[in-house]
Amino acid sequence: MSIQQVHQGRLRSPFYARLAALDTLNSWHEWKGYSSADALYCDETEYFAIRNATAVFDLTPMTKYRISGPDALEYINRLVTRDMHKIKPGRVAYAVWCDDRGQVIDDGTIFHLTEGEYRLCSQERHFAWLQTAAIGFDVSIVLETDEVAALAVQGPTSFTVLKTMGLNGLEGLKPFGLMNFDFDGADLMVSRTGFTGDLGYELWIQPDKAELLWDALFEAGKLHGIRAMGTHALELARIEAGYLAAHEDFLPADATLRNGRTRSPFELGLHWLVDFKKPNFNGRRALAEEMRRGSTWRLVKLDIEGNKAAHHSYIFAKERGNKKEIGFVTSAAWSPVCKQNIALGTVRMPHGAVGSNVWVEIFYQREMHWSRAMAKATVVDKPFWFPPRRSVTPPGPY
Amino acid sequence: MTDRYDAIVVGGGHNGLVCAALLGRSGKQVLVLEANDQVGGAAVTREFVDGYAVSACAHLLYQLQPSVVKDLKLKPKLVSEDMTTIALGDNGQHVRIQGRSVDGVNDTDAESYRGFHKRMTRFADLLRTFFNKTPPRLGTTDFKDLLTLGQLGFDVRRLGKTEMREFLRLIGINIHDELNERFENPLLKGALSLDAVLGTHLGPRSPNTIMTYLYRLAGDHGRIASPLGGMGSVSDELAMAATEAGVTIRTGMPVSRIVVDNGRVVGVETESGERFDSLTIVSNADPKQTIMELVGARHVETGFTHRIHHMRMKGNAAKLHLALDGLPAIDGLSNSDYAQRIVIAPDEHYVERAFNPAKYGESSPEPVVEITFPSFRDSALAPAGKQVMSAVVQYAPYERKGGWTDAARQELEAAAIRVIERYAPDITERIVASELLTPADIEREFHITGGHWHHGELTLDQLMFVRPVCGAAQYRMPIDGLYLCGAGAHPGGGVSGAAGRNAARAILRREKAA
Repeated sequence: MSIQQVHQGRLRSPFYARLAALDTLNSWHEWKGYSSADALYCDETEYFAIRNATAVFDLTPMTKYRISGPDALEYINRLVTRDMHKIKPGRVAYAVWCDDRGQVIDDGTIFHLTEGEYRLCSQERHFAWLQTAAIGFDVSIVLETDEVAALAVQGPTSFTVLKTMGLNGLEGLKPFGLMNFDFDGADLMVSRTGFTGDLGYELWIQPDKAELLWDALFEAGKLHGIRAMGTHALELARIEAGYLAAHEDFLPADATLRNGRTRSPFELGLHWLVDFKKPNFNGRRALAEEMRRGSTWRLVKLDIEGNKAAHHSYIFAKERGNKKEIGFVTSAAWSPVCKQNIALGTVRMPHGAVGSNVWVEIFYQREMHWSRAMAKATVVDKPFWFPPRRSVTPPGPY
Repeated sequence: MTDRYDAIVVGGGHNGLVCAALLGRSGKQVLVLEANDQVGGAAVTREFVDGYAVSACAHLLYQLQPSVVKDLKLKPKLVSEDMTTIALGDNGQHVRIQGRSVDGVNDTDAESYRGFHKRMTRFADLLRTFFNKTPPRLGTTDFKDLLTLGQLGFDVRRLGKTEMREFLRLIGINIHDELNERFENPLLKGALSLDAVLGTHLGPRSPNTIMTYLYRLAGDHGRIASPLGGMGSVSDELAMAATEAGVTIRTGMPVSRIVVDNGRVVGVETESGERFDSLTIVSNADPKQTIMELVGARHVETGFTHRIHHMRMKGNAAKLHLALDGLPAIDGLSNSDYAQRIVIAPDEHYVERAFNPAKYGESSPEPVVEITFPSFRDSALAPAGKQVMSAVVQYAPYERKGGWTDAARQELEAAAIRVIERYAPDITERIVASELLTPADIEREFHITGGHWHHGELTLDQLMFVRPVCGAAQYRMPIDGLYLCGAGAHPGGGVSGAAGRNAARAILRREKAA
């Protein structure tokens, strides 16, 4: 009698063979059940590909749900805080969703594929919440993470690469728009979206065409500096773009036990996503109450003096004589492209108004010994990296 | 046509009428819209066959609150005020329970019962004071809430150390264990088991059945009354009180939708397409129907919808009405005994065994039965010389496997009659006509989701601070202007009027605060 081999351990994305062929580091981690590369050559090289050429990231493990049915629009509209009636077919919306207490469960992108047919992409899995939210709605929710292979193609030459690959008409695609192309008899969906804050696209295709797409892309990108990248490079790029990451800059409310550890959209600087003109959405009552009473926390983007990244630092109101910290850094990095020491953090209100100064306590290690520095930081409004090319249509050739 | 009212009550059940009358008396223009042709909801008297009338759903009065009677100056006419419960036994050896005394058992049991009744009544009184108050929110700073909470804590503490411990020990456990610790007589144990489980989806071995027993006692110290003219007379009196208070009552007007505009209620629409405007809508419908059907999930939030959706409210009791050409002969009953409440639950195991099939979606082949002969003292209910019998037959699960087909209904009716026949051998030949209302019929006829009399199980997870669900226990629903005044709200079911009165007070108090 033989024991049947059952698949255990990590899943491999349809792009795994191509990534493995390029891999020189053998540094992988687990992302929602899949193997995902930290980096393939070197973090910096890959990062500079995002900012100076084209970097390709396998985002197949990103959680994807297909939402359809007669009530799909009303369902999503109650789920998220923004008004989904404004998102027409062929458009993508960044959105955030809350529990009844107005605390953020997650953020993600919602693709309006065709009339009444949506795809919701998020970092975390939310099947239970989405099902619960469906009570009383005629809607179907299907997890389709495995059924769609996806690549992020990001960087200044990304448009040129895709154009070279033969995607005619792509020049008309505006940010947060999506288009469909024929690729080897299959439907290739291209959205002008990404997690890098740069010019970039995301490509969505059925898994059996994944390798073919990869090959065509890299062939087209040969002369345009195309490179595969891992999550380290992406992480740096997203901090520069000021994007939030679940479990880093906020905790999903449905996975948080302690009171006061969750955040509302206001506390994450997402006021623009909350539309009180909508009569009802999850968390509306609680958020209206928060508007009235004031928030407890504020998300801050910090421009910090010096060059020592402020990972996990406490934030103080003054340089010395502080009785208590006012908050802490949630994401930090030295930004090579901005030549700035940057961070995202969370501080107690009323601290952290734009333009104000706070102090960041940075611990750093030199040859085993720890040192501490108090660095002055300025709260800034705009993302650290926001190049015009990100939103220019048609994108320029680089 | 649209009209502007100060408040619209959706559903003219007894709680809706109490609420409307109290609002009317405080000077409000109130409209009651009742779907059926007569008011009263599940508290109605109606003819089920020519000349024979009966309380169609609720048939005994346990807990009409003195506060309601006083506030509305009611004078309910009762044919009997303190009925004896007769537990039928073999060979005419019955057990009679009335108040603190029990007859037909040995001296040890009789003595035990006195102690048991005293303690249970004392605990029930704790609940009773609480029945007439809005349940406080926990973790609040509201003075009135804190006061109620403090009062409850004080009342529990005042029991004394031993009794408080006993209260806390008993409140969550099952009645079967407690009865077996105290009593020997199977009929006594059977009858008390039945009291604990009547109208619920629980067996005597289910946790929480001491709580449901206390709930029953909490109404009026366990006193059982029967209104003259059936339960409908109570509703008629309430309707009269409401009309005198200036309330407009319109029957035959099923509400199809509570209209929500920009997060607040603005009116209702009836099935006939009429629209009535009001910024205060009080729903006497059950919580599920109110939120999921009349309001719609899209107007409330996910967590709330989830809790409402999962409220346990599947009825498990059927109502059997028999038109009889005379009283059946029951061995060992004196003539006046027919005016009492008669139960068939020979022992506690019988009740549990009757419950067993209900867990799997089947009705009891040997059901538990609670019988009254309302026409015995109230001859207007039946033609001269004839009688009606009104019985609760349990268990009959709402979600019966295979549905409530004609065959399934016949099966249950036959089972009930078979069981009654053991004590009343001539019952079959006396039947002129019969009517069986399964939970599915109760749902359809009285518009109660799941056909559950109490608008939701009376269990610890659905009582007091968390009735109907947590975050909505203060009659106010999470939509501006929408209130709940039915049995689904605190304190729950039974013809008590407490929920309606508390809701009216909550509405008036809120208005004063605004």
